[in-house]
Amino acid sequence: MHKVYHRVHNIAGNVINIRAEGVRYRELAEVTSRTGTSLAQVIRLQDDEVSLQVFAGARGVATDAQVRFLGHSMQVPYSEALLGRIFTGAANPRDRGPELAENLIEIGGPSVNPAKRIIPRNMVRTGIPMIDVFNTLVESQKLPIFARAGEPYNPLLARIALQAEVDVIVLGGMGLKHDDYLYFRDTLEESGALSRTVMFVHTASDPIVECLLVPDISLAVAEQFALEGKRVLCLLTDMTSFADAMKEIAITMEQIPSNRGYPGDLYSQLASRYEKAVDFDGAGSITILAATTMPGDDVTHPVPDNTGYITEGQFYLRDGRIEPFGSLSRLKQQVNGDTRDDHRTIMDTLVQLYAAYRETLEKQSMGFRMSDWDEKLLKYGDRFEKEMMDLTVNIPLEGALDLGWQILADCFEPMETGIQSSLIDAFWPRSASQSEASSSAEATEDKTPGKPDEGDAEEDTPAEAEDTEAKPEPETVEA
Amino acid sequence: MTQVQGTIVGVNGNMITVEFEDAVSMNEVGYARLGDLRLMSEIVRIRGKRADLQVFEDTAGLSVGDPVDFTGEMLSVELGPGLLTQVYDGLQNPLPKLAEECGFFLQRGTYLPALPRDTKWIYTPTASVGDTLTAGETLGTVPEGMFEHRIMVPFRLRGSYTVASVAKAGEYTIEDTIATLTDESGDSVEVSMMQRWPVKLPIQAYRERLRPTEPLVTQSRTVDTFFPVARGGTYCVPGPFGAGKTVLQQLTSRYADVDIVVIAACGERAGEVVETLREFPELDDPRTGKSLMDRTVIICNTSSMPVAAREASVYTGVTLASYYRQMGLNVLMLADSTSRWAQALRETSGRLEEIPGEEAFPAYLESVIASFYERGGVVTLKDGTTGSVTIGGTVSPAGGNFDEPVTQGTLKVVGAFHGLSRARSDARRYPAIDPLDSWSKYESVVDNAAVEAGRSVLQRGSEVGQMMKVVGEEGTSQDDFMLYLKSEYLDSTYLQQNAFDPVDSATSAERQQHVFGVISGFLQADLSFKDKTTARSFFHQLTQTTRDWNRAEMESQEFKDIQARLEKMVSEVTVNA
Ligand SMILES: Nc1ncnc2c1ncn2[C@@H]1O[C@H](COP(=O)(O)OP(=O)(O)O)[C@@H](O)[C@H]1O
Ligand SMILES: [Mg+2]
Repeated sequence: MHKVYHRVHNIAGNVINIRAEGVRYRELAEVTSRTGTSLAQVIRLQDDEVSLQVFAGARGVATDAQVRFLGHSMQVPYSEALLGRIFTGAANPRDRGPELAENLIEIGGPSVNPAKRIIPRNMVRTGIPMIDVFNTLVESQKLPIFARAGEPYNPLLARIALQAEVDVIVLGGMGLKHDDYLYFRDTLEESGALSRTVMFVHTASDPIVECLLVPDISLAVAEQFALEGKRVLCLLTDMTSFADAMKEIAITMEQIPSNRGYPGDLYSQLASRYEKAVDFDGAGSITILAATTMPGDDVTHPVPDNTGYITEGQFYLRDGRIEPFGSLSRLKQQVNGDTRDDHRTIMDTLVQLYAAYRETLEKQSMGFRMSDWDEKLLKYGDRFEKEMMDLTVNIPLEGALDLGWQILADCFEPMETGIQSSLIDAFWPRSASQSEASSSAEATEDKTPGKPDEGDAEEDTPAEAEDTEAKPEPETVEA
Repeated sequence: MTQVQGTIVGVNGNMITVEFEDAVSMNEVGYARLGDLRLMSEIVRIRGKRADLQVFEDTAGLSVGDPVDFTGEMLSVELGPGLLTQVYDGLQNPLPKLAEECGFFLQRGTYLPALPRDTKWIYTPTASVGDTLTAGETLGTVPEGMFEHRIMVPFRLRGSYTVASVAKAGEYTIEDTIATLTDESGDSVEVSMMQRWPVKLPIQAYRERLRPTEPLVTQSRTVDTFFPVARGGTYCVPGPFGAGKTVLQQLTSRYADVDIVVIAACGERAGEVVETLREFPELDDPRTGKSLMDRTVIICNTSSMPVAAREASVYTGVTLASYYRQMGLNVLMLADSTSRWAQALRETSGRLEEIPGEEAFPAYLESVIASFYERGGVVTLKDGTTGSVTIGGTVSPAGGNFDEPVTQGTLKVVGAFHGLSRARSDARRYPAIDPLDSWSKYESVVDNAAVEAGRSVLQRGSEVGQMMKVVGEEGTSQDDFMLYLKSEYLDSTYLQQNAFDPVDSATSAERQQHVFGVISGFLQADLSFKDKTTARSFFHQLTQTTRDWNRAEMESQEFKDIQARLEKMVSEVTVNA
């Protein structure tokens, strides 16, 4: 019933133009040439002129290509049958499974009414002390990992996905290296998590337009699961590839770029994806963890910069470790007051002392004399890096808090930490001198002391405890 | 009035091109029809028989040939009792109502009345038959929460009117007629409690604009003492992401000494608004004992909501603020973030293929920013009372670099600049307002000479701090070192304020005067120590004790005790005290 057109009169980049009537904005069409068939989407209407963006690229599209309009916009099948499956960016099977065509849902749907959101309240446990203790991840948070290309951000994403207690994992891969795609697939498979995962993967060798579809498809599916009450974790890697695809297309469309070639609506485009993260009032949730590689390791590059303004914090991954400075979970205060009474204090104290250690390192490098206090800090910093920051460390939050106390006790006198006395009484390890360096979570777990006076602990708010001497060098964070 | 119709001839993103026959006007609202849906849009350019309209909704599905109904009216909002406590989107759609109607998602094409139609308000007339009145003068009042809401002669009416009839005291809905007015040529107008006003035009139904002189106390010490805001003034808060712009605005919206706060959440995170709209109803306004929500209106057009409506949202906000100013109230309008609004302008300008200025912002960006902030101000109303609209906007500069069009355009027109610094927020020195960079043209709540002395301590102390990084503590003279310690002391006990402590989070003007007086005394004292280590540990202790002081209620005995202790500590180390 839909009309077929045979005359393409303009081809530029991935965009073809035809003359047609009754076509709807964002409608899909099938474009068939000798080289094959691809979906295309209407991106502009001007009088009888229709511009279509061809998903598989315009390469090989002939001027007499057949264009058939489908009467609907981009859709994706949604059902439980998605779980365990792997698709391309255009939602075609990438595994050997069957094509799914039932229960089609539209992608890029409307945003959630803010009045139907609730304040996030559940911690997502990762077993990574730099996250659990210092920048707690919260269900429904949107949070990117900022990293230079080459940092192990994909293994980190995979590990969090496996450790987090979620019902469904949706992985959206953009510009993924084929090896990385296989890594995700195999890792999820080995751990048995593949059966609660659906993957939409665009690899670097696939058509660029498909890269653009990945976040919308992934999030549309995530949203359906969430509406059914599921807790969904959506991994998006790498959002910089997504932004670069937008840039490439904007340039071929001759749009005026705003900053380093990126289109002026980069912020809105990224935001409309990230804002899909939600805790529904009366249904499930979507948590978004993304990877954002920083070209030139520069956080002021338009992609990480715009992202930082949108997301609820960021993890800086540098030299294989999550940096305590610059990393931020904006939602941590929603949950870290209810975990354990010493959580906020340990978080603040360890970071402040680590900041002091960094200053000492700097003094040392400039040849200033090391005082006794400096020596203590050097010992402390070394242990903090090895036992807390190292990404191979995998202990539950409580174990990490105990470990924090142990490190403090091994390096300092209680007074030197500035921790209020009620917490010292309750948590300071008694036989500090016995257990040295390799105090593991197990070793300290059974020493967990009783709860301290609750009133005191609650007064200890982050700002109060954090705002003292902690003064990391901004250069090291941003450079 | 005949309905003008047009036909869509082009669709590009949220921009449609429409061909029309009869007269249309710039900024007129039209509805694009998509089946049963009507999508609201606004004319942003007219060329010959074609107009470009920005659509306030997703345009997917529109087609060449679809009809557009023009309304003859510019984008307008409803003004009347019932605005307070509401949560609206940028077009004044009530979001909680919308949720009842449409569920989880913001379905396009659904527009609900902004003001409840069935609520009965207790109306008391104040004007009498035969009175001669002009726009903005009071006809009667209704109680709205804790305020006396003035029902005024509609702002759109020009010239003077004679009151022909008034409704007697009683309960009315906003659509009932409460007065009939006759104009100079004898035509009569029926007036209800609700009127409409186009958001892009300023409301000017007052006698005269005044210079802002009275301080607006925000209860943030850094602001009120060092970089004050005036009632009817304007200020901006630029800063990189994570520096604390939103938290600072949230604190201001709670503690500012004004009658009404209009919050425009413009193009940023939905989650942040959710915190406000879920928490405010539970929080008490310390000034009145009522819920904070009772004095608040929230305009919420967050980042994933339609971009054109985002552009409208700041105007919607400032229009509501100006409306309450007409009642002799002091209103604070907060916009977070004006950069998102500027970006919305940029997106529209790009679609119109206008010649871009710096960073692709339109060439008229600066004048648009200037005329927005111009809508703030203190005014004398026609009855001689005064009202004010104070505007505070955050700015989110790309890369945290203030040398960009939006920050620079804003700095030219505002009266105070609270620049947040990454270095301070990284060091958890909140609020992260840079004390050396920021400025204000308004009057401080404390004595000016003392403020200048404090500023000088901060300035010189920071210079010593820089130097010390190079030459070390050993290479710094005792005097310089003392200066450094004093500036750190002022910073950590006065500039820094704990947002989570019930007492410290908000400091009244009176308390600021008192505390700053005491601390200034310490800064001027000539202190003597045997060496740097003793000096440092003295200041550590002084800092700790002063912070305890900050946490004590001003009326408490504890407050007096700690002050005495502080004074004793300082006098013990003062030369010829
Ligand atoms: N006054 C403050 N006291 C304590 N923490 C703060 C304060 N201001 C900001 N923060 C911390 O910084 C984070 C980011 O602040 P926010 O206001 O959202 O930044 P911005 O709006 O500038 O991006 C907050 O989530 C909070 O953890
Ligand atoms: Mg913010």
